[in-house]
Amino acid sequence: MSDVTLRADLGHWRGWLLDQAPGSRWQARLGRWYRAWLGFRRNGLAMTGFGVVLLLVGIAIFAPLIADREAATLQVLTQRLEPASWQHWFGTDELGRDIYARVVFGSRITLTIVALVSAIVVPVGLGIGLPAGYFGGMVDAVLMRITDIFLAFPRLVLALAFAAALGPGIENAVIAIALTTWPPYARLARAETLTRRRAEFIEAAELQGASHLRILLTQIVPLCLPSVIIRLTLDMAGIILTAAGLGFLGLGAQPPAPEWGAMVSSGRQVLLDQWWVATIPGMAIFITSVGFNLLGDGLRDVSDSRAG
Amino acid sequence: MSKRLSFATLAVALPLAFASPVAHAATPADTVVIAKQIDDILTLDPGEAYELSGIEIATNIYDRLLRYEAEDVTKLVGGVAESWTISPDGKVYNFKLRPNLKFQSGAPVTAEDVAFSLQRVVLMNKTPAFLFTQLGWTKDNVKDLVKATGPNALQVTITEDFAPSLVLNLMTSIVASVVEKKVAMANEVNGDLGNAWLKSHSAASGAYRLVAWKPNESVTLEANPTFRLGAPAMKRVVVRHVPEPASQRLLLEKGDIDIARDLSPDQLAPLAENKAIRIEQFPGANTWYAAMNTADEHLKNPKVREAMKYLVDYNGMVNSFLKGRFIVQESFLPLGFFSAIAYNPYKLDVAKAKALLAEAGYPNGFELKFDAPNTSPFTEIAQSMQQTMGQAGIKLNIVPSELKQVIGVYRARKHQLLLISWGPDYFDPHTNADTFAHNDDNSDTPKVRPLAWRNHWYIPDVTKDMLAAAKELDTKKRAAMYADLQRKVTDEGPFIIMFQNTAEVASRANVKGFKGGITEDLNFYRTIKK
Amino acid sequence: MNVAALATPSAHGWVRQIAGPVHRVLKVLFSVLLTFLGLTCVTFVIGRVIPIDPVLAIVGDKAPPDVYARVRAEIGLDLPLPVQYWRYLMKVLHGDFGNSVITSQPVLADLLHVFPATLELSLLALIIGVIFGVPIGVIAATHRGRWQDQVIRFGSLLGYSMPVFWLGLVGLLAFYAKLGWVEGPGRLDVGFDDIVPTVTGLIVVDSLIAGEHDVFVNALSHLVLPASILGYLSLAYVARMTRSFMLSQLRQEYVLAALAKGLSPFRVVWVHALGNAWVQLITVIALTFGSLLEGAVLTETVFAWPGLGLYMKNSLFNADLNAVLGGTMLVGVVYIGLNMLSDLLYPLVDPRARESS
Repeated sequence: MSDVTLRADLGHWRGWLLDQAPGSRWQARLGRWYRAWLGFRRNGLAMTGFGVVLLLVGIAIFAPLIADREAATLQVLTQRLEPASWQHWFGTDELGRDIYARVVFGSRITLTIVALVSAIVVPVGLGIGLPAGYFGGMVDAVLMRITDIFLAFPRLVLALAFAAALGPGIENAVIAIALTTWPPYARLARAETLTRRRAEFIEAAELQGASHLRILLTQIVPLCLPSVIIRLTLDMAGIILTAAGLGFLGLGAQPPAPEWGAMVSSGRQVLLDQWWVATIPGMAIFITSVGFNLLGDGLRDVSDSRAG
Repeated sequence: MSKRLSFATLAVALPLAFASPVAHAATPADTVVIAKQIDDILTLDPGEAYELSGIEIATNIYDRLLRYEAEDVTKLVGGVAESWTISPDGKVYNFKLRPNLKFQSGAPVTAEDVAFSLQRVVLMNKTPAFLFTQLGWTKDNVKDLVKATGPNALQVTITEDFAPSLVLNLMTSIVASVVEKKVAMANEVNGDLGNAWLKSHSAASGAYRLVAWKPNESVTLEANPTFRLGAPAMKRVVVRHVPEPASQRLLLEKGDIDIARDLSPDQLAPLAENKAIRIEQFPGANTWYAAMNTADEHLKNPKVREAMKYLVDYNGMVNSFLKGRFIVQESFLPLGFFSAIAYNPYKLDVAKAKALLAEAGYPNGFELKFDAPNTSPFTEIAQSMQQTMGQAGIKLNIVPSELKQVIGVYRARKHQLLLISWGPDYFDPHTNADTFAHNDDNSDTPKVRPLAWRNHWYIPDVTKDMLAAAKELDTKKRAAMYADLQRKVTDEGPFIIMFQNTAEVASRANVKGFKGGITEDLNFYRTIKK
Repeated sequence: MNVAALATPSAHGWVRQIAGPVHRVLKVLFSVLLTFLGLTCVTFVIGRVIPIDPVLAIVGDKAPPDVYARVRAEIGLDLPLPVQYWRYLMKVLHGDFGNSVITSQPVLADLLHVFPATLELSLLALIIGVIFGVPIGVIAATHRGRWQDQVIRFGSLLGYSMPVFWLGLVGLLAFYAKLGWVEGPGRLDVGFDDIVPTVTGLIVVDSLIAGEHDVFVNALSHLVLPASILGYLSLAYVARMTRSFMLSQLRQEYVLAALAKGLSPFRVVWVHALGNAWVQLITVIALTFGSLLEGAVLTETVFAWPGLGLYMKNSLFNADLNAVLGGTMLVGVVYIGLNMLSDLLYPLVDPRARESS
C-alpha cells in the first residue's frame, strides 16, 4: 500500500464504500453511512449547521488561544459597561469584564451541558424504552406509566424545581435538564423495539439461546441508535435553550462562570443604555441553537431519504 | 402565484395592523402610581406583617400610638396619643389619647381599641410579637399590663428593665398600630382576633384605607377624608409590583407610573439628564455585611477575620456599581440612629491582609464556601469580594441561591462565609445591638438566635454590656456605651460590615412630596402632591 | 412537548384482554389517575427536598423560635413525609388544595385568577401560529426545494432556535421603548385596572362584553408583543409540521387523480390535501398549545405577565408547596385533557380513522 498515492488510496476506499455488493456487514454499514454523508453534503443548510457546530467546538477547544482566560473573570470596576473597542471587542459588562472572552469561554459551558445531558439521556431512555418494548406486559405497563408521569409535567417548571432542589452548579443543571429530557427517548426506543421485536434475526438469536441482555445490547440497540441520535441532535438546541433559561432565572452555573443565560440575565438591567451586555450572549445562544437545529434537520432529511 | 403571494402579503400586513402607535396617557391627576417590588408582602395585618413592603403599606393605613411624622422624622410625637407620663421607676406608662379621633368606619378611636390592638399582638404571637414580649408581656399577663383606664386613657406596664426611650420607640413600631376592635372582632374566625380577615382588609384610622391587595400584582389604597392631619392630596395610591428595575424605568419614562422605587445606579445615571424625571435620595438603615462563621477552622482565628476585613474593595464598589445606593458604614448602627458612629477602620489593603494571613499560618490562603443571594446587587458584591479575596489567596466558592435559602443556611449555622443584609426593627440602637452583640448561650437551642449566635461568636461579657446599655437611663452614658459596642463588634466581630443603603427614588417631575424614611415605617404617601 | 406520544394507546397485555368501549374509558381513566398520583408524588417530594424552609417563608427571618415551632407544627412539617403526603392527597380529594403561603389565598382561587392570564396569552399566540403557520407550511410544501421552501424553512428554524426570554427583551427594547408601538410589561395600564368586571378572566374578552373600548385597546396593546413572540415560536413549529404533512398528502394518489380530472391545482392543494392534513395538524396544534402553557415561565418573567408560569416560579422559590402542587396539577390536567381531546377529534375529522378504530 505504501507505493500507492494518497489520492488513489482515497479513490479505492470510495469505491469500496460505494460497492453495490458489499463483502461484509461492516462494509455494508459503513457504505450506508458514507452514502448518507454524501447526501448530507449536498444539503446546504445542513452543512451550514454542521459548520456552525464545528466552529463552536473549535472555539471551545481553542478558547485559551483566541481569548484571554484571565479577562473572562477579571473585574475592572473602573471600566464598566464600555462599548465595543479594540481592547474589548464586544465591550465590557457590569463588573468591567471582557464580554468577548466571556462569550468564548462560555461556549465550553454550553457544550459541556449538551454533551453531559446527551450522555445521560440516551442510556436512560434506552434503558427504559428497550425493556418496555422488548418484554411488554407488566414491565411495559410500569415503565411507560413512569414515563407518562414525567411527560405530563410542565417541563421547564420541573427542570426549575430540580435545579432549585439540587442547588447551583453545572452538574446539577445537567441532571435537572436530563431528568426532564429522557421520556421521549424512552418512548422512541420502545416504539423502535416494538417494530423490530419480531424480526427474524432476533427470533433466530433467541432460538440460538442468546440471553435477553445480549440480544438487547447487540441486536436492538444498534437498530435504535440512528433514530435516537437524530432525535438527540434535534433536541440539542432545546437543551441549550433550557440551560440558558435556567441560567436566566438565576439557577445553573456559579459565578463568575460565564454562562450565557446568566449573562443575558445580568445584562437585562442595562438593556436600554448598554444593549450589548445582554444582546451578545443572547446572539451566541441563538446562533448555537440555530446551528444544532440545522444539523439535526439535515440529518433527519438524510435518514428520511434513506428510509423512503 | 398571485394568490399564494397574497398570503405572504397578509403575513406581513397583519402584524403591522396591530402595531399602530399607542397613545400614552399619563396617570390620573388624583392618583399616584408607585412601582415597587412588593412580592414580599405576606399579610397586611399590622399585628402580623413584618415584611418591608408590608410595613410600608401598613404605616400608611394605620395610625400608631406614637409616631415620627413626615414633617420632622427625627422628633418623637404622639400618634393617637396626645401626651404621656412615665413613672419614676420607668415601669408604668400612662397615655392620654387625642379626643375626637375617628376610625374610617366613623366610630371613635377609644383607649379600649388601643389596648385591644396591643394585646392582640401578644395573643396572636405572630412574628413581630417579640417586639412586645421582650417587655415582659405574655399571653397570660398582657390583659393586666395593657389596659384602658378610661375612654381616653391607656396604661401600659412593663416588667423588664428598659430605657424609656427604647420603650417609647417600640410604641412607634408597626405592632403599636391601632386596629378597630369592633370590626376586627366582627370578622373573627376560630378565635383569630380577626387575623385572617385583616390580612387583606383594613380597620384603621390612618391616612389611607386598603381597597385591594392582589398578591404579586398591586396594592390599592384610598384616601381617608377624616384623617386627623387632614385628607391626603392623592385620592388613590396604587403600588404596583414591578420586579424588574429595567421595567420600572421604562414605565417611568413612558409616564405609565409616577414613582419608581427600585432603580439601580445604572438605570438612574441616564435618567439624570431627563427633564421630566426627578431623582431624590433618602437615607436607608439597612446594614449590608458578610458573616464569618467562627466555628470554621480558618475563621475562628481572629487574625484571619481581620485579614478578610482588609480584602474588600469598599470604596471601589461604592464608587462604581453601587454608586448612590450605598455608603460605606462599617459599624453596626446606621447613620441617623441615636449614638451611631462613622467608624470605618478598614479599606482594601492586600499587603496588610497577606501579612496577617501569614501570621495566622495561612501564607497561601485557603478555600471558603461563600453563600450569597442570587439577586442584584448581592451577586455583584459577592463577585467583587471573590476577586479581592483571591488576591490574598483566599479562594471563594460562590454558592448563589434564593434569599430565603441563604437565610435558612444562616439560621442553621451551616455557612462559612455568607452575604446578607440586616434591617432594624425600630428606631432605637438596641434593635441592632441586640443582634450583632448578643450571644450568651452558644448551644444549638438557645431562646433567641441573634446574629452573633449564628456565627458562633460567644460573647457573654459583651452581651452584658449590651443589656446594660438598653437599661441605661442617662442618655449621654447610653450613647457612649453604644459607641464602645460598635467599635468592639467592628474590630473583633465575625462580621465584615460594609454598607448602609440609600434609597434613590425617581419620580415624574410633576409628582412631589414622597417622603422616604430611614426605615419603612417612615415612608409616607400622604405628603405626595401632583 | 409530547402529547402525540402520550396519545398513542399503549398496548398493555393485561388490559388488552378486556375489550369494549366501557373498558377503554375505564382504562384511560385509570391511567390518568395513576399519572396524577405520580405527578403529585414527584412534586411533593421535590417540594420537600428543596432547601428552602417553607416555615421561614411564612414567618420570616426574625420570628422567635416558639413562633417558628408553632407554624411548623401547623403546616404539619413535623410529621413523617408519607403521612404529610397522605394528608395532602385526602384534602385534594375533597377539593381542598390548601392555602398558598405567599398570597394567603386558597390555591384554587389563585389558580382561577392567574390561569386566564396565561390562557389569554397562549390562545392569541396559538391563533397567530395557526393563521400564519398553516398557510406558510402549505406554501413550503407546494414549493418544495425551491427558494420559497428554503426561506420558510430557515425562517421557521430561526423561530424554534430562539431563546424566548432574549427575544422578549429585544422586542420590549425595540417596540415599546424605542418605537412606542405597543404597551409595556403587565396586562393593563394602572388607570384601566379594575374597570371591567371579570367574566371570563380574559381581559380582551371581558372588556368587549362590558363594552369598554379603551380597556380593550389597552389590553390588546399589552398583549400583542408577548403573544406575537410566542406566536412566532409556535408558527415555526406549526409551519414545519404542516409542510411535512402536506408533502405526504401531495404524494397520495387521490391528488394525482383529482388533478387528472381537471380540478384546479389551487383547489386540490388548499381544499382537498389541506383538508386531509388537518387531521394530523390537530394533534400538532394541541401539542403546541401544551408547550405554550408550559413555556410561559420565561415569557411571563420578561413581560411581568401575572399568569400561571410566573405564579409557579414564585411559588417554587418560596417553597410554597401547595401552590406548586396545584399549578402542576392544573398544567397536568390541561395537558392530558388536550391529549384526550385530540384523540376524540381525530375520528370526527377523519372518517377513515373512525372506521379503522
